[in-house]
Amino acid sequence: MNLTPEPLVYGLSSPGRVGVVLPESDVPVAPVPAWLERDSLPLPELDELTTVRHFTRLSQKNFSIDTNFYPLGSCTMKYNPKANEAAAAHPSWRNLHPYAGESMSQGALELVFRLQEILAEIGGFKAVSLQPAAGAHGELAGVFMIRKYHLERGDTRRVKILIPDSAHGTNPASCTMAGLEAVTIPSNAEGGVDLEALKAALGPELAGIMITNPNTLGLFERNIEEICRLVHESGGLVYGDGANMNAVTGVFRPGDAGIDVMHFNLHKTFSTPHGGGGPGVGMVAANATLAEFLPGPLVVKKGDVFALETPPKSIGRMKAFYGNFAVLVRAYAYVRMLGAEGLRRLAENAVLNANYLKVLVEKRWKVKYGRRCMHEFVASGDIAEGVHTLDVAKRLIDYGFHPPTIYFPLIVPEAVMIEPTETESKETLDAFAAVLDRIADEARDNPALLHDAPTTTPIGRLDEVAAARCPVLCYRA
Amino acid sequence: MPFVPNTDADRAAMLAAIGAGSVEELFADVPAARRFPKLELPKALSELEILRELDALAKKNEATDSGAWFVGGGAYSHFVPAMVPALAGRGEFLTAYTPYQAEVSQGTLQAIFEYQSMAAALFGVETVNASHYDGATALAEAVLMALHAVSGRPRVMIPAALHPEYREVLATYLEAFEVEVVEWKGSAAEAAKGVDARTACFVVQWPDFEGEVHELSGVADAVHAAGALLLVHVDPIFAALAKSPGSLGADIVTAEGQALGNALYYGGPYLGMMGATAKLVRKMPGRIVGEAKDKTGRTGYVLTLSAREQHIRREKAVSNICSNQGLVMLQSTIYMAALGKHGLARVARLCWDKAHYAAAELGKLPGFKVVNRTFFKEFLVHTPVPAAELVAKLEKRGVHPGLALSRWHPERTHELLVAVTEMNTKEQIDLLARSLAEASK
Amino acid sequence: MKLDTNARYRKSHEWVRKDGAQYVVGISDHAQESLGDIVFVELPAVGKAFKQGDAFAVVESVKAASDVYLPMSGTILAVNDALEGAPDLINREPYAGGWLVKFEASNPAEWDGLLDASAYEAEASKE
Repeated sequence: MNLTPEPLVYGLSSPGRVGVVLPESDVPVAPVPAWLERDSLPLPELDELTTVRHFTRLSQKNFSIDTNFYPLGSCTMKYNPKANEAAAAHPSWRNLHPYAGESMSQGALELVFRLQEILAEIGGFKAVSLQPAAGAHGELAGVFMIRKYHLERGDTRRVKILIPDSAHGTNPASCTMAGLEAVTIPSNAEGGVDLEALKAALGPELAGIMITNPNTLGLFERNIEEICRLVHESGGLVYGDGANMNAVTGVFRPGDAGIDVMHFNLHKTFSTPHGGGGPGVGMVAANATLAEFLPGPLVVKKGDVFALETPPKSIGRMKAFYGNFAVLVRAYAYVRMLGAEGLRRLAENAVLNANYLKVLVEKRWKVKYGRRCMHEFVASGDIAEGVHTLDVAKRLIDYGFHPPTIYFPLIVPEAVMIEPTETESKETLDAFAAVLDRIADEARDNPALLHDAPTTTPIGRLDEVAAARCPVLCYRA
Repeated sequence: MPFVPNTDADRAAMLAAIGAGSVEELFADVPAARRFPKLELPKALSELEILRELDALAKKNEATDSGAWFVGGGAYSHFVPAMVPALAGRGEFLTAYTPYQAEVSQGTLQAIFEYQSMAAALFGVETVNASHYDGATALAEAVLMALHAVSGRPRVMIPAALHPEYREVLATYLEAFEVEVVEWKGSAAEAAKGVDARTACFVVQWPDFEGEVHELSGVADAVHAAGALLLVHVDPIFAALAKSPGSLGADIVTAEGQALGNALYYGGPYLGMMGATAKLVRKMPGRIVGEAKDKTGRTGYVLTLSAREQHIRREKAVSNICSNQGLVMLQSTIYMAALGKHGLARVARLCWDKAHYAAAELGKLPGFKVVNRTFFKEFLVHTPVPAAELVAKLEKRGVHPGLALSRWHPERTHELLVAVTEMNTKEQIDLLARSLAEASK
Repeated sequence: MKLDTNARYRKSHEWVRKDGAQYVVGISDHAQESLGDIVFVELPAVGKAFKQGDAFAVVESVKAASDVYLPMSGTILAVNDALEGAPDLINREPYAGGWLVKFEASNPAEWDGLLDASAYEAEASKE
């Protein structure tokens, strides 16, 4: 970690410096009307080396998969193969205009088509749209599809979507954006959907249910087929949130179990880099019931030619153009390097790693749902009097580990959600568990070490209360 | 097996620790009949093989690095300095997650703060959020934001010449709500008089899809007098040359940030930009980074105002957005810093001059007439023969003259939208003029 | 937990007090404590009418956002502008400087159905 404070770009600015020299103009100057022209552009002035050092030094203030174990639950921080990057860097992808005609973009269309087919096969679905740009975007597309399906049938009463209390916040937020009402259903003692509560919530107002499987507790929903059956019998549809698909590629096809529509996060399961927040792809897949409602356009094959086409009852466009194409190239490269066998092995090792780490961790730490987990598990961080999950997370940083997801899912107090992924070695898992042991000792013997953590970083814990009360959101000269 | 370090010996040791007889046993919760399906997938390839295959596939495209391209329509070919992908591609940026843990994410967080600062300067507003999926979704979410901020007003006015795909995305996002979307035409100042007490916002695309740069004086006054919000969707390169939308009274500014240092990539990933006045910041969706101090007084940066967001508000959140376009935003940050005050203005000026030269040359051709009164880097020409025919003819000679409007409006057969940026040389522009003259004979 | 014995309460942790002909409302000491440091308060427009139990305000801490419900039906007469610059007034003086709104009750009889301080204390300590 680079501990030296790095000034803002504005602090590095010096009048007259130029970072990029542009060509001389080869055409006459055209006047800009006075009513239109801006007086000055208040941006910094840097030379090239200063720019390069600045952003290089900033990069050194990050933990990343390339530098640190990053067991962020439900985020699937697995290794992002460099071959993916090489594949996406090809100039014929980089410089391809979205309005180059179909005859000039056959390579791109063919790649999208092949990836649609591969992902449909992995999920057990009829058709796939690669348009949504993130998981939440795919969810929104999915609930729009469910809504439209009911309306097309003249069934205007179906406005309720059931969401387990362990779900991501994006699920209920997506429902609201689609004009539907999110209804929370509780989890049972095993961490699954409470079937009695589910039965009680069924009825003529039911639009559907959103199920994350495995759920955010890292547990496979054993009753998935029963849940789908009950919801279908009641006239509703089942949405699958694929955030945790990494546990089951090649092991379980959600479409086979009755899921009607589902998103996969290509930036999780299919190893495209998270980029400090994105871009992702929240591709959405549908079975025969909902395929014609998918957001368009999709790529179809007509003879030997690939073309863009929007399904007949499509909910419409989710974004301009066709999707986060460069991310699709990466995911395609990845899935082709794995093949069917590799996909199954990735899930197996993700689940093996998580269960192994869980066994090591639960010797000292509480794990609320003790049964075998899938790709992740949820412990609690209140290991000693006066010690909270936040303190444990911050202390992990001092030992060079990115903290797990904390305080989520909401149904586990002091939650610490740990997802090691399949790309980590046994040695790394052993080292992480040993550090957690040591932190448990510290919590008992010298809790100040936890409360004051981290101390090895460019800054300590920030005063988030002051930051939110009087927000400073951009540079002021 | 690629990307999995566990050896058979590791697996055996781990299974023993778990107390499981086999890896398969770990999947006992999966319904037996559904477990381990046989997937029909193409066989696995090595890195060498996949790169070879993808190279062959990529070469089936015809990209903007060969021929003369004048195609825009919301995605533009601009120069990307080498340092932009080189720096943004550093693994520490590329393979980090959303910066939830501020102490180990200061690189990403400070870069976002710099992005917010530079984009706010460009837009002339106090606050910019840390990204939407693209320009279209930024605009759609800005309209939703306006509908919430000025609650009880169900009417939205958008330009008839809004990007047609943005119009479609807006329709998708508004589908579930009773919103009356009214299209305005003609002068923005005149149209803004139609803002009434039922209107939540008045939207301007600047320049609009057909290249027109509307005069905005008086627009904000009319919109604000009626109690509505002014939403300006701006080309960010244009904003380096033009008075900022904020200074002209815009309450919310959105943009497609692709032009700021991001490759065309067949339409994505791009960058949805959104900014707003300080008054509206708590109604704004998306991540926002703020400055903060630690106990010892050191300055750092942190995700802030999170109580607006889905992970806290759930069904009451202002938006469901979570993953965004982080890396694209970083590229734009580096681009804005590298080009800086003079470089970005210079790019804008080159676009302006070259587009005006091109318009003048095309305007001299028999039967061609430039439609716009004021334009920036893209303009609309009436053509003597159907524009789609011209496009088809010229493409065969490696000249891509622009977009035939009939692609979106079948009845508008004789209109061609021509985009010119700093990437186009005078030689290419002259070739375009010559080719159009020949093809329309 | 601190209580104002002159106020009446809702189970959802709002207090309401008679203030001449008007009523004044805020959140209880117990509520501010469980929310933590308040960073922002969203208040309604003056003149807006609510039914008993309607959400009329939102109180935000760094990690939570909480709807606040009006204990009695009424029309907003005034909002506490001081909270814009000093939302921590709610933490420091929940029953005094941290008040949220004043309202005119449209059904004063609703007062009688609210919890008194000791009944509220009993409810709140069950949590």
